[in-house]
Amino acid sequence: MTEAAATGTPSAYASIRGGSSALTRTRVRAAWTFIAPTLIVLALVAGWPLARTIWFSLTDADLNNLGDYTFIGFENYLANYDGEWFGLLTDPDWWLSVWNTVWFALVSVSIETVLGTIVALILNAAFPGRGVMRAIILIPWAIPTVVSAKMWNWMLHDQFGVINDMLLRLGLIAAPITWTANPVTALWTVVMVDVWKTTPFMALLILAALQMLPQDIYEAAKVDGVHPVRVFFRVTLPLIKPALLVAVIFRTLDALRVFDLIYVLTANSRDTMSMSVFARQQLVDFQEVGLGSAASTLIFLIIALLVVITMAAGRVRLGGDSR
Amino acid sequence: MADVALRNIRKSFGGAQVIHGVNLEIRDGEFVVFVGPSGCGKSTLLRLIAGLEDITSGDLYIDGDRVNDLAPAKRRIAMVFQSYALYPHMNVYENMAFGLELAKASKAEIDQRVREAARLLQIDELLDRKPKQLSGGQRQRVAIGRAIVRDPKVFLFDEPLSNLDAALRVQTRIEIAKLHSDTRATMIYVTHDQVEAMTLADRIVVLNKGRIEQVGTPLELYHRPANLFVAGFIGSPQMNFIQCEVAGAGPDGVLVRLPHGGTLAVPVQADGLRPGEPVTLGVRPDHVHVREGGILRGRIELVEQLGENHLLYVNADGLRLTSREPGDSRHRTGGEVGLDFSGESCHVFRPSGEALSALTSAAGSTGTARSRIA
Repeated sequence: MTEAAATGTPSAYASIRGGSSALTRTRVRAAWTFIAPTLIVLALVAGWPLARTIWFSLTDADLNNLGDYTFIGFENYLANYDGEWFGLLTDPDWWLSVWNTVWFALVSVSIETVLGTIVALILNAAFPGRGVMRAIILIPWAIPTVVSAKMWNWMLHDQFGVINDMLLRLGLIAAPITWTANPVTALWTVVMVDVWKTTPFMALLILAALQMLPQDIYEAAKVDGVHPVRVFFRVTLPLIKPALLVAVIFRTLDALRVFDLIYVLTANSRDTMSMSVFARQQLVDFQEVGLGSAASTLIFLIIALLVVITMAAGRVRLGGDSR
Repeated sequence: MADVALRNIRKSFGGAQVIHGVNLEIRDGEFVVFVGPSGCGKSTLLRLIAGLEDITSGDLYIDGDRVNDLAPAKRRIAMVFQSYALYPHMNVYENMAFGLELAKASKAEIDQRVREAARLLQIDELLDRKPKQLSGGQRQRVAIGRAIVRDPKVFLFDEPLSNLDAALRVQTRIEIAKLHSDTRATMIYVTHDQVEAMTLADRIVVLNKGRIEQVGTPLELYHRPANLFVAGFIGSPQMNFIQCEVAGAGPDGVLVRLPHGGTLAVPVQADGLRPGEPVTLGVRPDHVHVREGGILRGRIELVEQLGENHLLYVNADGLRLTSREPGDSRHRTGGEVGLDFSGESCHVFRPSGEALSALTSAAGSTGTARSRIA
């Protein structure tokens, strides 16, 4: 019995290395059988649209007549006619939308992380009605973005909005503010609504991380007389950092492709235009499928690049942690 | 180092009282072990002393000061947890130094204290390691080291050996005993393991359902249990209990009628027992011997050979008795044996569970004074 097991191990190793035994072939075949449906579905719903978008970005396709187009190379991105540069990469509106999006993502995710952590710490404390509070705090996240954006639109309305009304009554402002139209306030307004909506999501992810923490080390810190603030920065924060980082990556990806919130709140305003709003405008409003596809392709590349950078940075930091 | 006094300590969680008025004096430098079955309140009592739980009523004194309202950190105690409670992201050195950093200790002083404790516990090679790179025994030593560097008045141990394997448990037990003899610090130790309690304690506190059943030295508890609970809890295998009736009582002791006929004279103070009253007779397995023509005769249900001794589980017409004899057994399961024990080796318990005091001339015990029931 033991002898058979002992001799079985080296031969099993050999077959894995050689990859030629009947058992290994069966296993590989089974693995492919299980993976294949997912791969096919992914190819159909993600791979094909992506490939088609990239292809259209290399053409002069028009939304009116999608069947009739010619290949124009990279002219949607960059072209030179008579010594003058044209194309997406020279379009100040495009670069404004990139800057808007990145600024929006950085600011909103930063605020959401800090607020989410605070909310999670509160929800992690034992107090009566904690279960109800956890449910209530999720409501903004549960409302569809279009609905909450419309709702905020009304609350922020320059003439009929409750927010202007309150601020006027309190004497904090002299005249109503056109929150979503004023170039100074528009992007901040979008950030504010996004923070309102997605802080619960951050709080929930961080709360999950907090609840995984062992309780005994907090009692040890208590016996040692370590100040709670110090415990948070020296114990809690290092321990939830991996989960926090995952939450930040999730939210950043989400924020970089922001569309519905900005579109509903400020329509096609240049001041708040995100990359996605820009792409939609080119593709639908101006019917330039080629240019819109080029913008979409660039969004894809920019987000992919940022994800790779974030993940690499995260891995370096995580690796440093577990040293 | 300090004495600890508990005066009528009570603890309630919501409406449920879990500690019912505990009184206990722990002397400076004493090693006291709280022992009892799970749910008896021993860990809660320790957490009350640590300040991790609020005392509902009563007074707690450490070194003469009433500390009920002091935060754990101000009580000058150190606690070692069952789960070690090490900070997983800090190395051994940081784990031991973390609590000191805010005690206004200088860097050099912290360093000196950490290295001294590490040397004492033989973990000075491990100072750069993270807890997950350590074995269970090493982790527990780091936890003990973290307690030592704080130079506390009182050490509190909450089942510190429960997560270790058997061999390591014995080794660490010896190290804790050595630590106590080296430092002469006051130590309060919670365990459910009576071997740990017997080997480590100067005095054992037996707890049951939030009350102290008995306080005494290990041998006092073993030889003179104050009641049925302590008699059944201390000693392994458990003491044999036989339901009997009083046949007679006099100045020489109590004459007990055994369930299957025959009587036995037990030298305990009759204390107003009347003939016909039900009592429980207790006799330890070590005092039940195999002898043909003994008091009882029964069938062997199980033989356990342990090497240095063996256990016989005997059924005498429905009465189950355990006997422990040295060496190997020549008996087999299913065989018939006679069992015998002397009245001197027996304990008698009233229906209320309280033990009758031994007559002062009683043999078969160390003759230590009967400890008080708290």
